[in-house]
Formats: sequence, structure tokens, C-alpha cells
Amino acid sequence: MSESRITGAAGRGIPVRGDDIDTDRIIPARFLRCVSFEGLGEHAFEDDRKNFSDGVHSFDREEFQGASILVVNDNFGCGSSREHAPQSLMRWGITGIIGVSFAEIFFGNCVANGVPCLTLDSSQVDEIQGLIEGDPGCLLKLDVENRSVHAGENTYPAGLPDGVQRAFLEGLWDSATLLLEASAAIDEVNARILPIQEQS
Amino acid sequence: MGKNLLQKAWEQHTVRELPTGQTQLFIGLHLIHEVTSPQAFEELRVRGLDVRYPSRTFATVDHIVPTHSQERPFVDSLAEEMMVAIETNCREFGVQLFGLDDDRQGIVHVVGPEQGLTQPGMTIACGDSHTSTHGAFGAIAFGIGTSQVRDVLCSQCLAMDPLKVRRIEVTGSLAPGVYAKDVILAIIRELGVKGGTGFAYEYSGEVISSMSMEERMSICNMSIEGGARVGYVNPDETTYEYLRGRPFAPSEEGWEDAVKYWESFASDEDAEFDDEISLDGSALGPNVTWGINPGQSVQVDGQLPTVSELPEGERESASEALEFMEFEQGASIAGTGIDVAFIGSCTNGRISDLREAAKVALGRKVSPGVKALVVPGSRLVSEQAESEGLHEVFMEAGFEWRKAGCSMCLAMNPDKLKGRELSASSSNRNFKGRQGSPLGRTLLMSPVMVAAAAIAGEVVDAREMLGD
Repeated sequence: MSESRITGAAGRGIPVRGDDIDTDRIIPARFLRCVSFEGLGEHAFEDDRKNFSDGVHSFDREEFQGASILVVNDNFGCGSSREHAPQSLMRWGITGIIGVSFAEIFFGNCVANGVPCLTLDSSQVDEIQGLIEGDPGCLLKLDVENRSVHAGENTYPAGLPDGVQRAFLEGLWDSATLLLEASAAIDEVNARILPIQEQS
Repeated sequence: MGKNLLQKAWEQHTVRELPTGQTQLFIGLHLIHEVTSPQAFEELRVRGLDVRYPSRTFATVDHIVPTHSQERPFVDSLAEEMMVAIETNCREFGVQLFGLDDDRQGIVHVVGPEQGLTQPGMTIACGDSHTSTHGAFGAIAFGIGTSQVRDVLCSQCLAMDPLKVRRIEVTGSLAPGVYAKDVILAIIRELGVKGGTGFAYEYSGEVISSMSMEERMSICNMSIEGGARVGYVNPDETTYEYLRGRPFAPSEEGWEDAVKYWESFASDEDAEFDDEISLDGSALGPNVTWGINPGQSVQVDGQLPTVSELPEGERESASEALEFMEFEQGASIAGTGIDVAFIGSCTNGRISDLREAAKVALGRKVSPGVKALVVPGSRLVSEQAESEGLHEVFMEAGFEWRKAGCSMCLAMNPDKLKGRELSASSSNRNFKGRQGSPLGRTLLMSPVMVAAAAIAGEVVDAREMLGD
């Protein structure tokens, strides 16, 4: 079981605007040709950054370098199950994410890597994105224990499922050891379902 | 009150409630492939753990496999390194691998059902979001990330939050020339790309129950494109008939008991659902996507939306899509010129898909300037197609006949779009850059519609070619 209890994340924010940003955009498939996650950080949003139509992508903007809290909109991380997506964000320096909603598999991958993803209303996310665009030095704080986000003068009540909150607070988010504790019960289930056998 | 299939399979596979309040869920079948497993095996080594049930774990290679020449070593040294990694990992941990030297190799979601590994009432996980495909058999099947692949390898379990169930009834019967792909594109258009978040989709109704297993697989495959990690169809005679005699299906002696076990998982008549919706299947026509997510589609005889007429929440996304695709709002989708035609993928790379597409290709020619590929979903699909002469029909028409793999669905292999090329594709995602060129464009449609587009050089209603 992991010793690391996660109570939150804090740092400067970086906005990436847009709904339905899929994991192919977060990390294009060609960078999945690897046997380790090392080095994925520099390729986060690579194609979006090269082909950004509206000025400079925030991942390339001077004022957001060193930021650690990503602020996104609706259905972030939809599409492929690739854990390379949160891995590339983490390796770029992201330690927590605020969004309107997250796709399920992406959210689970973030939990498995100890990256809390908190949800807020669309208007609150817009407000925080505007705030950090106007004042990139502004500090954001994700509070897992109280399920809230602090941004500038404001505190927003935020969403985080109960089980995930407990996993973070009790240091159970790295699930392998936890699952292995129930060894006898695992064998019982294996025995009561059909085996898989090749017909001879 | 009765129970639905998800509740029954969930209970049957529950190991315990975790201290977090989540469920420790046993996974009956774990499928792995070369892209999302190497880091998981590496963690097993670091932690000194074994694969807990190698007999419930099967591997194949699909994502990075070239479809032109599959000679080793691959030209792409990174791809070759991944091949060596999965071969070494499977050998060292005792996992059966359907590799390139095995006739059973193919796309993981084609291979599982084909081998009879996928069975009703099972829980199935794989490090690939299209694992929902296996739900066609009445299994609870879902995609997982690499950390979870590690968890299943070492414990055969996952820590899971509960799912709600939405029953989607498709009534009536499909008109000729309308396929499973058209149904699922309509469902996603109706419910949105995130409408399924937190839900499993139970597909039912006359349209679904009269479908073949391969058609049901196409439907369940794209559940994740609607945000639903799980999509399933209750098992019935069609399911059992498909499974009978397959290599990993129960033997004749155990058959009746197995069917009884499977039947027990089907949703009860009085089962309750968290949400129910109904769709008139008879009203559907062939669908084509016009945007950058699978919810942005229109019937082939329809027009692209006018942004100002869309609900406010959809306008920004529609404007972004139209700009990226370089399409005019309000324009017809029919007549859109294409550069590439791709028939294949875990959505539509099965034998029935190739048979239908071949009907359109027979005696016709691919339009000059269109690059057209047919990529069977597995070696067995390829062999079956060749035994029926379908490969000759395609090649005669000017399609390239390739070897089994994921190919241009996600372009982790040499099959990629170039520049701004526009592709008519039977795959599942039209995301920006999905098919390998950051500025490449994708129109999703049924394999028959792709074949018709390849021949016409532009989007056309394939029913005009099927009819004569």
C-alpha cells in the first residue's frame, strides 16, 4: 500500500480551453511507440501546439511555464484508454486538474497516478481560466479533504467521488497491494465462475 | 424487483467491498496487447509479483503491426522493441500470446470473440477503450489504463466504482443498406459524446435482437464514443450459436450447463434501469460524421448544421469542427470528395463487414486518386475472406488487400493519412489527427458506405450501388 496520502495539490494554473479534448490530442498515438513512460512530458499536446490557430498554445506560453494545476472544460480526456495521456501531463509538471467533467478512463488513470481531478460548474471553471489568464502568478489550491478549490480570493465547493476521496486521503490510490490483501476471497471467486479452457 | 445483467455479473464477480467504499471486482478474462502492457509488466518485476491467473490472460499484437509486410525485425525500431517486449513478457510470465507466428493473431477485440474467450456473464478488461465490444455477448467489458493492467495481472481484480445502467431500445427494423454502424452513430448523436459517462448501456429492442453477433459487436464497440465505458446486449440463442464449437468455448459435455449459467445473467423482465430511452430503428438511414467527434454526424442525405441553429452548448464545438474540416455550414455531406478509404478496425473489420463491402466493390473500380485499403480484423477473418474470393473482388476493384492489424484506425503503424487528406473510414474515431496526420480529416461511416465512397471518389448513398 502506498504510504503517500494525498490531501491536495497547489501551484500556479495553466488553462487549456475547449470541450471534448481527447487523449489523442493530449498525446498523439505515435508517441505510444515506447516501452516506458519516460520522456512523454515534452510531447504533451504536441500536435495541438504546432497547429494552434488562436495565438500560442498555453503549454508554450512563457507565463505558464512551471504551472502545475491544469484547468480544463467539459469531458476532458475522452477517447482512448492510454495512460500515456496523464503520464505526459504529469511529466510536463501537472500535479492536479480542475475541470467541468472528465472522461471515466482518463479520470481513473489520474487516480492511479495520484493526480486529483476536481470538478466545478462550467461558469466557475470559466472564471478560474479567466483569472489565471489575467494573473498567471495566481496560486490555485485543490483541497481533497474539504472537496474545494481555492483560486485568488475565492473558494469553490468542488466534486470528487467518495471512494476516490478516501483512496487519496488514506493513501490507498495505488491499488495493487490493497487488492492483493484479499487473496483467499479472490480464489473463491475464481472457483465459482466458469474456467477458461481450450477444447482438446 | 428483478436485476439487470450488470448487477448480476457485478455481484457474481465481487470479491469484497474495499476500505474506500469501492468494489473489488474479479476480472474473468484479461486481454492484453503490445501498447498498454509493457509498463505494467515492468512494475510486476519491480514489485516481485507474478501474473495471478495466466489461464485467464491472453495476449495478441495489433496496434503497431504493419499491415503490408509483417517480416521481422520491423523497419520501425520502436515498434520492433515493443514486439520483443510483449514476446518476452508473455514468455516469462506464462501468458499465451497469439503473436505474428500464430494463425490466431489479430485485433484484440476481434480475436477474443473469434476464439470463444468472450462469454456471457463474464467481466472482461483490456488496456484499450474499445473493450466494450465484448459486451455484445452479455459480458461486462471495459477499457482500463496501464496501472489497472498491472492490477489485473497481479491480482485479477480492479477497484471499481458502481455504474448506472441506461437501457437503449432500438425498435422496428433497419431498412436495406442501413447497418449497425448507422445505429450506433445515431445513438451517439442523440445522447452526445459524454451522455454515457457513469453509465453502462444496455442495448435492446427488435433491431438489436435480430442482429448477428458481429453487428452487436459493432454497436457495443462504440459505446465508449458515447462516454459509456460499458455497453452490452443480453445473451440469447444468437449468442450461444455463435459460441458453440469455438476453441475456448465450453465443450459439448459442459455445453448445457454453460448455457444455463449464461442465461442466468440476462436482465430480468422486471429489472430496473437508471434511465431508459427508445429510438426508432426503421427511421434510420446511412450516417456519416462531419466533425471531430463521433457525435457530430448526419444522415447521408442530410445537411451539415447551421451553427446559430444549434443548442448553445454545441456551437463552439461545431464551429471548431467546421473550421478544422473546412466544411461550410448548411452544406450537403453527400458529394464531399475523399482521398483515402479505409475498411477495417475493431468496429468494422469482421467477415460480415467485408462481405457487405465486397457487394459494392464487385465489378466496379476505385476512383482514380483515391487510396483504398481493406484490412481484415484478424488472420482468421483474412483466411475466411480469401476462401470466399473477397480479396480478389477488392483487388480487382483497386483496393489494397492488407494483413490483419489496427492499421489506419489509429496510425501507430505505417498506415497513416498525409497532410490534409480526407478519409472515409469504417473505424471509430474522427478526432483531430487520429489517423496519423495532425491535420488529417476523417469521416466515419459503415464499411459499405466507405466502399461506395472509394468508388465514387466522394461521399454517396451506398444504397444506390447496392440496389442494382
